[in-house]
Amino acid sequence: PLPPLKDLHCYIRSYKSHRLLRRRIVTLTPRITSHYTIFPRDKDPRWEGVEMERFADEADVVIVGGGPAGLSAAIRLKQLAKEQEKELRVCLVEKASQIGAHTLSGACLEPSALNELFPDWKERGAPLNTPVTEDLFSILTEKHRIPVPMLPGLPMNNHGNYIVRLGHFVHWLGEQAEELGVEIYPGYAAAEVLFHEDGSVKGIATNDVGIAKDGSPKDVFERGMELHAKVTLFGEGCHGHLAKQLYRQFNLRENCEPQTYAIGLKELWVIDEKKWRPGRVEHSVGWPLNRNTYGGSFLYHLNEGEPLVALGFVVGLDYTNPYLSPFREFQRWKHHPFVAKTLEGGTRIAYGARALNEGGYQCLPKVTFPGGMLIGCSPGFMNVPKIKGTHTAMKSGMLAAEAIFPKVTAEDPASETAGLHIPEYEDNLKKSWIWKELYAVRNIRPSFHNYFGLYGGMVYTGVFYWILRGKEPWTLKHAGLDSAQLKPAKECTPIEYPKPDGKLSFDLLSSVALSGTNHEGDQPPHLTLKDDSIPVANNLAIYDGPEQRFCPAGVYEYVPLETGEGMRLQINAQNCVHCKTCDIKDPSQNINWVVPEGSGGPAYNGL
Amino acid sequence: ENTKIRVKPDHSGVVTDGVKHSMNPFCEIAVEEAVKLKEKKLIKEVVAVSCGPTQVTETIRTALAMGCDRGIHVEVSGKDYEAMGPLQISKIFAALAKKEEASLIILGKQAIDDDCNQTGQMTAALLDWPQGTFASEVTIDGEKVKVVREIDGGLETIKISMPAVLTADLRLNTPRYATLPNIMKAKKKKIANMKPADLGVDMVSRVEVLRVDEPPTRLAGVKVETVDDLVAKLRANGTI
Repeated sequence: PLPPLKDLHCYIRSYKSHRLLRRRIVTLTPRITSHYTIFPRDKDPRWEGVEMERFADEADVVIVGGGPAGLSAAIRLKQLAKEQEKELRVCLVEKASQIGAHTLSGACLEPSALNELFPDWKERGAPLNTPVTEDLFSILTEKHRIPVPMLPGLPMNNHGNYIVRLGHFVHWLGEQAEELGVEIYPGYAAAEVLFHEDGSVKGIATNDVGIAKDGSPKDVFERGMELHAKVTLFGEGCHGHLAKQLYRQFNLRENCEPQTYAIGLKELWVIDEKKWRPGRVEHSVGWPLNRNTYGGSFLYHLNEGEPLVALGFVVGLDYTNPYLSPFREFQRWKHHPFVAKTLEGGTRIAYGARALNEGGYQCLPKVTFPGGMLIGCSPGFMNVPKIKGTHTAMKSGMLAAEAIFPKVTAEDPASETAGLHIPEYEDNLKKSWIWKELYAVRNIRPSFHNYFGLYGGMVYTGVFYWILRGKEPWTLKHAGLDSAQLKPAKECTPIEYPKPDGKLSFDLLSSVALSGTNHEGDQPPHLTLKDDSIPVANNLAIYDGPEQRFCPAGVYEYVPLETGEGMRLQINAQNCVHCKTCDIKDPSQNINWVVPEGSGGPAYNGL
Repeated sequence: ENTKIRVKPDHSGVVTDGVKHSMNPFCEIAVEEAVKLKEKKLIKEVVAVSCGPTQVTETIRTALAMGCDRGIHVEVSGKDYEAMGPLQISKIFAALAKKEEASLIILGKQAIDDDCNQTGQMTAALLDWPQGTFASEVTIDGEKVKVVREIDGGLETIKISMPAVLTADLRLNTPRYATLPNIMKAKKKKIANMKPADLGVDMVSRVEVLRVDEPPTRLAGVKVETVDDLVAKLRANGTI
């Protein structure tokens, strides 16, 4: 029997089969999206009479995102306030249930920014427990490994750096910030940007709670609150959802290339003590990816009391084959003899995934606008060949704080707009070591777009970076939007992935369980679709539903319709690990990731 | 709350470092019920109590944000905290109830980490107060409380006199969200800090945990065709 009519949307799609003949095809699509960003509540009869007024509070500075950038900015502001004996109210909101729970990174931390922020970080107990002792780089083939010498001067060289569990480091930064008087509110997501009448940013509003899955108000419905500030910092990390809106609002991307990304998947393993080499850093490129798909692996041996290794796999999201599954590439990479020998006999204890920036210098947008600024991986300061972005994210937060402080504490900020516009932040960035670093490596990632792919890129790096340090006068371009790179499924070959063996490689659902992710079930799916009919009509029809493969959490599934004929997209929003890959890679750009009720998402512990 | 639990390498317990600690779901229901009673003006003041290390003040703040008036943090940390169980907590609650001259103690029926379901009952016994456990409905009627209890056979309605101990079951209410403005206001509410010794409670445990292990991996089942096969297999592995 057909589902009840109230659950269906009828979509009429016209199909030009021949220029002289038009056919109309009626497709019945079950309703998927119910979020108010797609179906506004002021036109929704179920919301009539519901109190929508929000409580508002004022701070000097509001920071969205409790990651390295946001926390460094908050800390720097409070340090300056203490030095100059001024009062400053700094509020930070973070969607995770605790600071660090949504943090995921390799990570080899370069302590440059930390040394500036807290020269006494060791005495303060910062969890940098594993100095890098060994640095290995390999090109893998299916059965063998070609070692590549890690010459000093190559961007990946890790001398002087520390292997860290970034989630723990971020948690420590949060403690330092609270000690300095920053008001930190984990479990509250910034859901909306607020604007003054003159168009400048006024602050943010946190998420509403108590909306049912079908978009109607529950008994426990409560509006979020408004936090107003003289200037608002947006540090949402890679591909933030509010940043996406701000790019359009203030035209921040008119003079830069569209950002390009990769997805990083990571696991933590407790291994056999005999195989443990604390301080060892291993990176590889090559197998199982072909030479035209950018990506590689990392495996770091931590030194924190037990034989723990952090390992993972990165795949550039400019890949062209819709049958590629980054998750399954990761799982099969672990079977390579060089990797398997470390993991054999070990136990996997954690899993997670996150998108990361790859665009570098060419993709930096304008970072200041009236009332706000962008910091950290949100605009994207990651040094791609170094595979490091934490030190630049922290530094960008610190530079933002230093530019803001005199303005927010001034008697008369002399601003044209109600929200302060502080272009000095952008000037400071351009004069800092962040800019020099990103400029020097700007051509490495784009150099992979040549016939020889990976090998061409490595030759370019060896010649131009190692010898010339990026001083070549040209700037190479990236290939364009990642979402536009997929070829139609019929032009590509499906990839035969091996079945997981349950010892080294695992299936998707047991992996997602290890991420600890969960969301309040009765809320509108936060993976919103601008048009519910496009997944089947476009993504499935042309690209064989690539979201089933690039989502590292099994959120997207094409299942048969109950009526028997055809398929529908099922969105398992509760599985989402907030990686943002779908928003980036969807070939139809129909998916808009918005923030779910605060506290939802993964429960990473030191990832 | 959805974190994968890991046994410590020395099998002395589970790993709790870095794991987000949040309010026990049944305790959220208990706090909600108390706040509802206050909103109906049937009780004057709600005090939120928690025993544990510094982190528990965050949980107390959530209770304050939901509407409690003030908090009490009974500080227990280190070895004492690892060994702390329902008996010590009940002693603490009993001592506090007398000190504060409470007329009602409301708690969750059980904690979802140990599933003991003992604290409410032990507290009532130590105080010699009546108890209304597994409450799915609470009505105050003068000096008496009518409690509808969820029991195996269905629902049981009892009437008990105050002061009394109530434990909350799932269907008692739906807890409200602790909204951000309330979290901010809660920062101004007082949380008193004390130690078990201040209440004359000794924290020595009568229980010693010998070893903690993960449950054995479930073995695959074997299908049999006939009853005779079944009997033969059961005999073969020594079950009968």
